[in-house]
Amino acid sequence: MTQGAWGGGAVRAGATRADDVRRAERLGSMASVALSEAEKVYIVHGVQEDLRVDGRGCEDYRCVEVETDVVSNTSGSARVKLGHTDILVGVKAEMGTPKLEKPNEGYLEFFVDCSANATPEFEGRGGDDLGTEIANTLYRIFNNKSSVDLKSLCISPREHCWILYVDVLLLECDGNLFDTICIAVKAALFNTRIPRVRVLEDEEGSKDIELSDDPYDCIRLSVENVPCIVTLCKIGYRHVVDATLQEEACSLASLLVSVTSAGVVTCMRKVGKGSLDPESIFEMMETGKRVGKVLHASLQSVLHKEESLGPKRQKVGFLG
Amino acid sequence: MAMEMRLPVARKPLSESVGRDTKKHLVVPGDTITTDTGFMRGHGTYMGEEKLIASVAGSVERVNKLICVKALKTRYNGEVGDIVVGRITERRRSAEDELAMRGFLQEGDLISAEVQAVFSDGAVSLHTRSLKYGKLGQGVLVQVSPSLVKRQKTHFHDLPCGASVILGNNGFIWIYPTPEHKEEDAGAFSANLEPVSLADREVISRLRNCIVSLVTQRVMLYDTSILYCYEASLPHQIKDLLKPEIMEEVVMETRQRLLEQEG
Repeated sequence: MTQGAWGGGAVRAGATRADDVRRAERLGSMASVALSEAEKVYIVHGVQEDLRVDGRGCEDYRCVEVETDVVSNTSGSARVKLGHTDILVGVKAEMGTPKLEKPNEGYLEFFVDCSANATPEFEGRGGDDLGTEIANTLYRIFNNKSSVDLKSLCISPREHCWILYVDVLLLECDGNLFDTICIAVKAALFNTRIPRVRVLEDEEGSKDIELSDDPYDCIRLSVENVPCIVTLCKIGYRHVVDATLQEEACSLASLLVSVTSAGVVTCMRKVGKGSLDPESIFEMMETGKRVGKVLHASLQSVLHKEESLGPKRQKVGFLG
Repeated sequence: MAMEMRLPVARKPLSESVGRDTKKHLVVPGDTITTDTGFMRGHGTYMGEEKLIASVAGSVERVNKLICVKALKTRYNGEVGDIVVGRITERRRSAEDELAMRGFLQEGDLISAEVQAVFSDGAVSLHTRSLKYGKLGQGVLVQVSPSLVKRQKTHFHDLPCGASVILGNNGFIWIYPTPEHKEEDAGAFSANLEPVSLADREVISRLRNCIVSLVTQRVMLYDTSILYCYEASLPHQIKDLLKPEIMEEVVMETRQRLLEQEG
């Protein structure tokens, strides 16, 4: 375990081919379970017949529970449970200076913490590799002009902007981490309230930033174009959506497709030791687009339903 | 394709939904159970300062003069004669071991066995000295808390719905298709890797979801409760049994039937 953690650290400095292979192998089996050959055969045959172990079809998701505004001292937060996978995301908006190459925009910073609560493999530095990998994937997904309107985060060009620190906490891991994390990030961004500020210039030209007195006077981000990831795991000759830990152990290759609500693919990544032939990739991408559209529609309706309940809704939180 | 997103619902305390008249006496470690010294102390209790104190978190059970505390959620404590289902995680690496065993058992394999002896540190030694034990073939494993598996005369059940189940005392439940030729397959060390039929798969998946529902509602697992739950779940689709409200409904019906059967 410690060797793996050091291998992950070395990637930053100057990665060797061996380090890359080792890292890819470890990520191919993130938080894994041991299965016997007979169990794997049973799962693989079941998938071919479109009847998974828990009775779902290949394109069915487990029940998802979404709740926003669970952490009080953040600008926005969300908790998402998919089966036993439990993710908590908090967004904090802080003022800072814009990046040199993009002076008219704010930006997002992602940090993923794989808590040791999720699985014993994450004890100590064990979860760091996975955390960095998820954070890098999130950076890639959001690294385009249309996902989040970064210009709305600008306060005064070249001087002040809003930086959104998005912190993801893995509480429990039961397969399908990327999908759940993206749903939670989207819900948390939907819930984010950034205080409205005004820039006042006085006669000498020095600028002052004034915060509005009303605590409810906020600007909200538009999350229409925030994409969601759909993970498709190749098992045997077919692919499944929302794989459990056991199903992930039977799959040698997976495709992560990041889809917007309009069905547009923003980025795609393959993980795992196995290979995928181009026809499979095309099929999986089509499934990802189809499933992604339905996912976005469900998420939008749940978030709007929650908002329509108003501030008097009964919060369930962690002790519900 | 099915996709369902919902808002979380607060859990209802179980006693409300069950409608139990007598409330359980719940204790946590360190709680005084009674100051009456006439009682004999059973599992989960110890004597300290002239009173009986609980050492585990659970409910107090009294049988005449014996008081014990039944823990709600425990690690498995082995007893001689228990049936367990286990997964091989590590093995001794010696030359004879390599030659003899590796052909039969690999790391990751599941076996059913009986507890032969318990060591003082809690470790157990197992034996598979009967044809009904041995390596397990194709099927589904469900892991539950050991406290939910009821102690019975036999833990191997061939359910009339078409599948068989092994209720390991350690909380590992193994569901598998009933083998047609019992004499050949039982205890064999080479697993049958032929595809299981779709009908059998449906029964196994349904049983798996039923067991998970019973466990979320904290109902004791034994052949009758699993069977009643299976029958109560038949009107629903297998994947609908994963939804919380359908789980509650099915388990409620199972509880009713179990109460009627007792009374």
